[in-house]
Amino acid sequence: RSFPNQSSLTQRELHFDRELAKHRITAWSVCIFTSYSSFPPQNHHASCTLLYKKPFVESFEETPLLVAVLTYMGYGILTIFGYLRDFLRDWKFEKCHLAREREEQKDFVPLYQDFENFYTRNLYMRIRDNWNRPICSVPGAKMDLVERVTPDYNWTFEHTGNVLKDVINMGSYNYLGFAENTGTCADAASECTVKYGVGVSSTRQEIGNLDKHEELEKLVAGFLGVESSMAFGMGFATNSMNIPALTGKGCLILSDELNHASLVLGARLSGSTIRVFKHNNMQSLEKLLRDAIVHGQPRTHRPWKKILILVEGIYSMEGSIVRLPEVIALKKKYEAYLYLDEAHSIGALGPRGRGVVDYFGLDPSDVDIMMGTFTKSFGAAGGYIGGKKELIDYLRLHSHSAIHATSMSPPITQQIITSMKCIMGEDGTTLGQERLCQLSENTTYFRRRLHEMGFIIYGNNDSPVVPLMLYMPAKIGSVSRFMLKRNIGTVVVGFPATPIIESRARFCVSAAHTREMLDKALNAISEVGDLLQLKYSRKNRHGSEGTDCFSFLESHQD
Amino acid sequence: MAAGQQWVLVEMVQAFYEAPAYHLILEGILILWIIRLLFSKTYKLQERSDLTEKEKEELIEEWQPEPLVPLVSKDHPSLNYDVVTGPPSHRIIVNGKECINFASFNFLGLLDSERVKLKALSSLKKYGVGTCGPRGFYGTFDVHLELEERLAKFMRTEEAIIYSYGFATIASAIPAYSKRGDIVFVDEAACFSIQKGLQASRSFVKYFKHNDMEDLERLLKEQEIEDQKNPRKAKVIRRFIVVEGLYINTADLCPLPELVKLKYKYKVRIFLEESMSFGVLGEHGRGVTEHFGVNIDDIDLISANMENALASIGGFCCGRSFVIDHQRLSGQGYCFSASLPPMLASAAIEALNIMEEDPGVFRVLRDKCKHVHKALQGTPGLKVAGEPLAPALHLQLENSTGSRTNDLKLLRAIVDYSLERRIALTLARYLDKEERFLPPPSIRVVVTVEQTQEEIEKAAQCIREAAVKILK
Repeated sequence: RSFPNQSSLTQRELHFDRELAKHRITAWSVCIFTSYSSFPPQNHHASCTLLYKKPFVESFEETPLLVAVLTYMGYGILTIFGYLRDFLRDWKFEKCHLAREREEQKDFVPLYQDFENFYTRNLYMRIRDNWNRPICSVPGAKMDLVERVTPDYNWTFEHTGNVLKDVINMGSYNYLGFAENTGTCADAASECTVKYGVGVSSTRQEIGNLDKHEELEKLVAGFLGVESSMAFGMGFATNSMNIPALTGKGCLILSDELNHASLVLGARLSGSTIRVFKHNNMQSLEKLLRDAIVHGQPRTHRPWKKILILVEGIYSMEGSIVRLPEVIALKKKYEAYLYLDEAHSIGALGPRGRGVVDYFGLDPSDVDIMMGTFTKSFGAAGGYIGGKKELIDYLRLHSHSAIHATSMSPPITQQIITSMKCIMGEDGTTLGQERLCQLSENTTYFRRRLHEMGFIIYGNNDSPVVPLMLYMPAKIGSVSRFMLKRNIGTVVVGFPATPIIESRARFCVSAAHTREMLDKALNAISEVGDLLQLKYSRKNRHGSEGTDCFSFLESHQD
Repeated sequence: MAAGQQWVLVEMVQAFYEAPAYHLILEGILILWIIRLLFSKTYKLQERSDLTEKEKEELIEEWQPEPLVPLVSKDHPSLNYDVVTGPPSHRIIVNGKECINFASFNFLGLLDSERVKLKALSSLKKYGVGTCGPRGFYGTFDVHLELEERLAKFMRTEEAIIYSYGFATIASAIPAYSKRGDIVFVDEAACFSIQKGLQASRSFVKYFKHNDMEDLERLLKEQEIEDQKNPRKAKVIRRFIVVEGLYINTADLCPLPELVKLKYKYKVRIFLEESMSFGVLGEHGRGVTEHFGVNIDDIDLISANMENALASIGGFCCGRSFVIDHQRLSGQGYCFSASLPPMLASAAIEALNIMEEDPGVFRVLRDKCKHVHKALQGTPGLKVAGEPLAPALHLQLENSTGSRTNDLKLLRAIVDYSLERRIALTLARYLDKEERFLPPPSIRVVVTVEQTQEEIEKAAQCIREAAVKILK
């Protein structure tokens, strides 16, 4: 990632296919991102525009230079103090709370290098109270938190016995609001528990293939519009245990630089060669594809056996949506295979909630491997893979998960079945459709208001994941604490989950949020924003770049 | 940063002081040369091709990838799974036939327990089903903390950490500690999740023969000699022994007391995977440490899943806080995955309650295991692999036909014959091409406390008949 330069916005279109360039149409795609661009801007005319049926607006406003400098300074100061504290601890001036190696094993090779935990010890520990906050209710639109106090600056926590009631939950991935303890889903899951119990105690291939699992898989295939599907007990493992079954030595994996840890792990375990393209950058992807086919494998120059592109639907830390129409066109042109991870987008995007494929109005058969999780929109746990029958048959035989991991718990399976049927309208109501509309409405409202307030927010206008940039390390802790004081639970993220200077708060909009809750949250965010001077956006403050952006769109439409 | 890199740096600085002047001058010239190279016109080997655009287009046109997956024949023996209708408990309906379950790892019969179900239900009423987030981001529920505390107390260790998937437990724990450049000594028969953990760690893996302590000691000695050659490097290379308490692939017990001796002699840490032995071995079901009377603090990390004896979902690691706490930021399956649904955590807590209240159940299980082991002896054409104490035994062919496929077919015929006669068995499944050491084909026979004397006799009788008929 390049250090931000001073030109505040780079606007460019991504070129796609020469054939398409001949067409002149009004559909357009605009991408406004700067911090990711290191490729020189190329302006091929109105090329990829044909592929999008509606505006695709994604913004990553540049980090203001002063903010970047101050952020680095902040880390500098924290590091200096960290060394000082370490020195004091070494000389026993300061009490050390770290757990120690037992005496009997003092002469073993140390389990951790001292420098490995420097960051944890000296930076994370200062603001550790903002993560792992225990909750004691449904993780719905409002939740109850267990109150914690720390007698020793976050080294240990004690529960006071009090409960913080009705905290507005802006952190859980409860996009469609199916995290509920009442209603049809909970009832069905209860019934299933009574009948089946909670465990399975065997694997799918041995004797843990329940009728419930088969029912779920048929439903998922129908939901996605694919021939067949298979469900797994853990979302993370769906990636890390199935990619190795699909590619191996002599295959090439092209992976987005911001892909989730599970995709990265799966790619690594597969033993394939991995090359990384810039986040959502189609020129970067095309260049890698061309080079790969032209030059073949390194050293031997044999052609690659197959090329697999790994992308996600919504990127959970950036709020961006994959440029799927362009990825599909590329994969068709170069005959690569496409693995689409819809962990966050399934249920949360598209007029029918069928994820990013539905959102762009594409054909699901153009995606070779449709992967997603049940943890988020469906309020359950686990993951699935959908695709052609041959693919799923092969996975049934070769997936590590099908053979070595216990199958999915029956009540969890039931929760997915019931919630999915609700989204599909198969329960005979329009409740699912209402949730989808509510989510999209809430997303638009929430993003628009934050934008108007002058915050820098990342990502696509339609993405329910809303990262709000904080940048400075000291603000990570204070935002979360101030928000909690106002009875709002938010997620804050810093290094290493994000690049070092791009610490952020992340809000996940849910269909369960009422307008009142969102307004309350927005007011609190605005207050805290003023208090901590978080309204960095220069688009709003001066109005110039903002209008630039939109006038560009308008002129382009002509 | 990998552990190895630090000593390299130290060594470099030291070498600098020791080097003679001419050497330094030579090095200086070399550095200047490198700088010159850096500033000269750069090119990438790969891109320096003389291909024209047209030729490139032709190459792209020409390239044909392999199909995404090879075609699977429709009647592949493992493609059509056995279908279980209803709960997979003691009486199980497989492919439409009600059978007695000799196949699920439901050792203590807790899958069917009313108490566990009630606890899960009340938890469902309070928390709903999913957690909608990883532990860090509002995915930590009070029941998770309670379960961790209870597990730590049960195992008599300082701390426990839970994962939402049994397989991911040890597979995440190993790479949290062992990094590139470190050395892991592993038993050949180690289960698949250990193998995946090792692969993810990118450490140097040395396999020793199954349960062969002499072979392990040989490898440790070799390493000791290696260390003496380069003591500075040896100071930063972590070493681990990874073993299973009760091997799922062989049903053998690991010789833990000897391992502990080797641990202190060669200063290697022990990671113990107890999925098969937790809730089975020992007077209170604490596993193989209790069985051998080994101090649990001598084992650096114990991992087990909650999917067998506890009949819930997920897994846990326990040990000293110094070791376990590290996973809260470094265990990939812990940090990056949604947390365990609270109802499953509650079910596990209730299962622990039952185990604590009635430790007699472990004696019952042990007696049944011995009984089954004995009853299966002398089955014509089949041999029993595993300890009499093991609750999941393997029945292997005495004389292989020479082809794995045919062996599997024969064993499958025995399983089918038993299914017809209301005894549910299953083949032990493996990934033939990915297993480090592929175990011989076998039928899994699982013992649970719910099986009665008569049922065990009936099953043994049935298997004997099948063997006589099919193996001739």
